[in-house]
Amino acid sequence: MTTYIIRRLIGAVIMLLIVSMVTFAIFFLVPRLAGATPESLASRYAGRTATAETQKLIADRLGFNDPLVVQYGRFVKGLVAGSEFDTGASIEQCPAPCFGYSYITQQPVWPDLVDRSRVTLSLAVGAAAIWVFAGVAAGVVSALRRGSFFDRAAMGIALAGVSLPVFFTGMISLVFFSYSLGLTAPGGTYVDFTVNPAQWAYSLILPWITLAFLFAAGYARLTRAGMLETMNEDYVRTARAKGLPERTVVVKHGLRGALTPIVTIFGLDFGLLLGGAVLTESTFSLNGLGKYAIDAITNNDLPKVMGVTLLAAVFVVVANLIVDLLYAVVDPRVRLS
Amino acid sequence: MTTPKDTAPVSDAPGSAAAPGEGAARQGEPLLSVRDLQKHFPVTKGLLQRQVGAVKAVDGVTFDVYPGETLGLVGESGCGKTTTGRLITRLLEPTGGSVAFEGRDITHMSQGHLRPLRRDMQMIFQDPYSSLNPRHTVGTIVGAPFRIQGIETEHGVKKAVQEILALVGLNPEHYNRYPHEFSGGQRQRIGIARTLALKPKLIIADEPVSALDVSIQAQVVNLLEDLQNELNLTYVVIAHDLSVVRHISDRVAVMYLGKVVEIADRKSLYGAPMHPYTNALLSAVPIPDPKGRAGRDRIRLTGDVPSPLNPPPACRFHTRCWKAQEVCKQQEPPLVELATGHKVACHFPENAPAQKADAAV
Amino acid sequence: MSVGNGGSAGHLAVRDLSIHFPTDDGLVRAVDGLSFTLERGKTLGIVGESGSGKSVTSLGILGLHKGGHARISGEIWLDGEELVSASADAVRKLRGKKMAMIFQDPLSAMHPYYTVGHQIVEAYRIHNQVSKAAARRHAIDMLGRVGIPEPAQRVDNYPHEFSGGMRQRAMIAMALSCDPELLIADEPTTALDVTVQAQILDLMRDLQREFDSALIIITHDLGVVAELSDDILVMYGGKCIEYGTADDVFYRPEHPYTWGLLGSMPRLDRAPTERLLPIKGSPPSLINVPPGCAFHPRCPYEERTEGRASTEVPGLLETEGGHLVRCHLPREERRAIWENDVKPMLETT
Ligand SMILES: Nc1ncnc2c1ncn2[C@@H]1O[C@H](COP(=O)(O)OP(=O)(O)OP(=O)(O)O)[C@@H](O)[C@H]1O
Ligand SMILES: Nc1ncnc2c1ncn2[C@@H]1O[C@H](COP(=O)(O)OP(=O)(O)O)[C@@H](O)[C@H]1O
Ligand code: SF4
Ligand code: SF4
Ligand SMILES: [Mg+2]
Ligand SMILES: [Mg+2]
Repeated sequence: MTTYIIRRLIGAVIMLLIVSMVTFAIFFLVPRLAGATPESLASRYAGRTATAETQKLIADRLGFNDPLVVQYGRFVKGLVAGSEFDTGASIEQCPAPCFGYSYITQQPVWPDLVDRSRVTLSLAVGAAAIWVFAGVAAGVVSALRRGSFFDRAAMGIALAGVSLPVFFTGMISLVFFSYSLGLTAPGGTYVDFTVNPAQWAYSLILPWITLAFLFAAGYARLTRAGMLETMNEDYVRTARAKGLPERTVVVKHGLRGALTPIVTIFGLDFGLLLGGAVLTESTFSLNGLGKYAIDAITNNDLPKVMGVTLLAAVFVVVANLIVDLLYAVVDPRVRLS
Repeated sequence: MTTPKDTAPVSDAPGSAAAPGEGAARQGEPLLSVRDLQKHFPVTKGLLQRQVGAVKAVDGVTFDVYPGETLGLVGESGCGKTTTGRLITRLLEPTGGSVAFEGRDITHMSQGHLRPLRRDMQMIFQDPYSSLNPRHTVGTIVGAPFRIQGIETEHGVKKAVQEILALVGLNPEHYNRYPHEFSGGQRQRIGIARTLALKPKLIIADEPVSALDVSIQAQVVNLLEDLQNELNLTYVVIAHDLSVVRHISDRVAVMYLGKVVEIADRKSLYGAPMHPYTNALLSAVPIPDPKGRAGRDRIRLTGDVPSPLNPPPACRFHTRCWKAQEVCKQQEPPLVELATGHKVACHFPENAPAQKADAAV
Repeated sequence: MSVGNGGSAGHLAVRDLSIHFPTDDGLVRAVDGLSFTLERGKTLGIVGESGSGKSVTSLGILGLHKGGHARISGEIWLDGEELVSASADAVRKLRGKKMAMIFQDPLSAMHPYYTVGHQIVEAYRIHNQVSKAAARRHAIDMLGRVGIPEPAQRVDNYPHEFSGGMRQRAMIAMALSCDPELLIADEPTTALDVTVQAQILDLMRDLQREFDSALIIITHDLGVVAELSDDILVMYGGKCIEYGTADDVFYRPEHPYTWGLLGSMPRLDRAPTERLLPIKGSPPSLINVPPGCAFHPRCPYEERTEGRASTEVPGLLETEGGHLVRCHLPREERRAIWENDVKPMLETT
């Protein structure tokens, strides 16, 4: 078991290193290959109006002229140990993890990321709770009543859920529930959990449901398929032969057996979502990581883009790590190997 | 585990002495010669997947098979029967020892050199359901060996295949049908037909009947016997059912944890088994005679077969043997011939001619 | 076999039980008009080839077809209660408590994600209001009684950490945890090695005596049946074709199918025969059971019944002292065939 965990942990660290290299390469190496000079890179930082001289100065100061390996080393060092930053006017401390300073706002990226993560995390957690519950429940009932009206209706809705884009369902529900009926908060509202939990939930309920609708569909189908299989397993027959009530048979024996693929997909989905639910955040004007990423890309603000990308990668890798560990909890057979 | 019996556990009535094949086929050069055959599967562990041990699936197996005879290979699950079969047919690469076919050493022969030999040596598999490709017709399956080996047939492959189908008791008109249209017994016939296509000399049959119903089992057993007589085939039949093995074999080898512990012609093996394990196996077979059950004095083994990862030292059976002494844990008993054609690996064999048994200790 | 007088005849009485499954391909007559009785302390062996309806029968007695697609008719009396017409919940409460079951493949029959102990505790606590600690002690005790060494440690193992024989022992411990009056073992040793099979059969025999339960053992292996059974029921195509005491069926069998089974089987207790005497053809599909006598396409004596075999279903008639046979051949003719043709063939060839 310990070896299993250690192996997974080492894997996760290696994965993160690779991701950081690839990200670095994409944002620093590829533009170079595409013909960008250190000066032209620096010009983004300095603004378009800067003179050639200023640009060169800034390029030097930011180390754009150093070999890439050195630049990468500096970048990683910043992440791990923090770094100092010469803004020209003064030297600023950028504590670890230092993702650099925004070209545009000249502010360190990390506090922004933390701030935006709260919104995205709120969105993801709430939506996930809804979609896991609704999707799994619908899948279980569908599987038990295969071919029934419920089954066909649920699978029809599931198909709609997978195929309809979020901005479409989001817009429709905003118009209907918020603007027409006034039941839910209008777009753009966000109250932090620490301020008022009830308000927090109220402000997010519509995005939650919209996002959950998208995901629940897949979970319903996955659960249904898994349950159709496990409910035919011998051990379910044994559970019935013991005289367990049907509900216990279904949940404790059937569903438990079908859980592994659900846990896997959930880890991936949740990890990805933490990196920013771009469409949902835009549709509901929520200032989460997704929207942050969009803004950063539109403004060509490299440190921000790097920061968001890396953070998203961290979420995915960590989510995967947790899934691997959960496997061992869900399936005792994994613990031995 | 209870007291062992002194008398032979299995009746071998005098009237049966004339049963066919009884020790008859053992003249001349062996068709197949297996010497000290070994197969160790590595076990890896830890971060670096270093090898920490080996599953000694087959660990020193020696026997000969003479032309025209049937050698039965019995033993509990996991004792290495299938692995032995796969080593002989070179579907697996031996770790040690040698396999000779018609006097030629084929232990490490390259696949290219093996190809012509594959015509002479065929394998029948246990599961008639998974061993046939569901997308191929019977004609394609049975005719495949002709095509693979590039063999010219007199009246075309189709004719040849239909002849074989008739030989194994299938309707030649089934040529264009698919495996799923057949019952288990018929599928096993198709599997047998496939191996017969190239007129092999040796057939290794791995549990050829254990997936079949009793009434169908008997059909396939009879078919195997008929084919043997008609085509002068030599069989190595792997099975765990001791009654089936007695029925079809001329000689029988008993395996335990990767080793042959006893080998003899069927009459002396079933009539006067010497190895305690063989005695235990035979005594465990349920007898379809309700009256007999009260009177039978049985040997009951406790526990299960130990893991082949860590087989017990010296005599591997000592953890379950009721006759085990200190020497059994110290010294591995060699496989020695205690009666004509009857070899056993035990320090304290049962039913052994007295003086020879002493000599073996 | 007594048929007729209420639940009092026998501890378990099955009357004219039919279990049919409508499927896309047609109606599967898995069990068709089956009747038998069984007392506590006695063992009934049900033999038949695969697909003859053995498992469906056992699941039917446990009420596990209720709520599915199955069409069930007939009566099942257990200790004075009728189970076919009882509600699903009423039967569920008897399951595990008054009647329990052991399955063929002990690995797949246990949930891979729960410990062996947990699964026994679960079975015990549904029917007994006891604390978890008490149930755990009971589980350890049961594991000890079925011969698991060091039960106090092994109770926390997962099924995959047990060997095949130990798993089947654990299944037996689970089935016996509530001291059931009826135990059904569906091919309990088919997946096991002979040496382990012998251990399990011994164990079942001893435990049955200890618990004084009625035992139904289902198998295709005549040897296993002979080891344990008082009575034997031979099934073919969803119907009982021969029923009698173990001695009746082994020493005086009267149905051609039973003869066929005996002839198909090589036996260690007899001198080796030169040839086995198989039954021709293969078992019928239960969707298209042959008309008349289901065995007639495979029966060597079919022409002796003047065409009735393929048109008229033979009744299950008593030949002597509770020995029932379903065959058109007159009794004397059957006996003559057995004594003169079949029996000598089985003994030497
Ligand atoms: N590819 C492999 N890798 C590792 N171990 C293996 C492999 N193949 C077989 N073994 C092990 O080798 C041993 C012998 O296996 P083998 O299949 O020969 O047994 P067998 O006697 O045919 O048993 P059965 O009666 O169950 O078919 C077993 O312990 C098995 O788990
Ligand atoms: N739920 C079901 N639906 C349709 N057919 C079934 C069902 N369960 C069993 N059967 C069929 O009933 C027949 C008898 O099955 P079974 O009792 O399992 O045979 P066995 O005697 O081998 O135990 C088989 O043909 C099987 O396919
Ligand atoms: S050598 Fe000893 S332990 Fe091994 S089988 Fe013989 S008596 Fe038993
Ligand atoms: S009724 Fe006829 S076909 Fe059926 S078993 Fe009897 S003799 Fe054979
Ligand atoms: Mg094998
Ligand atoms: Mg069955």
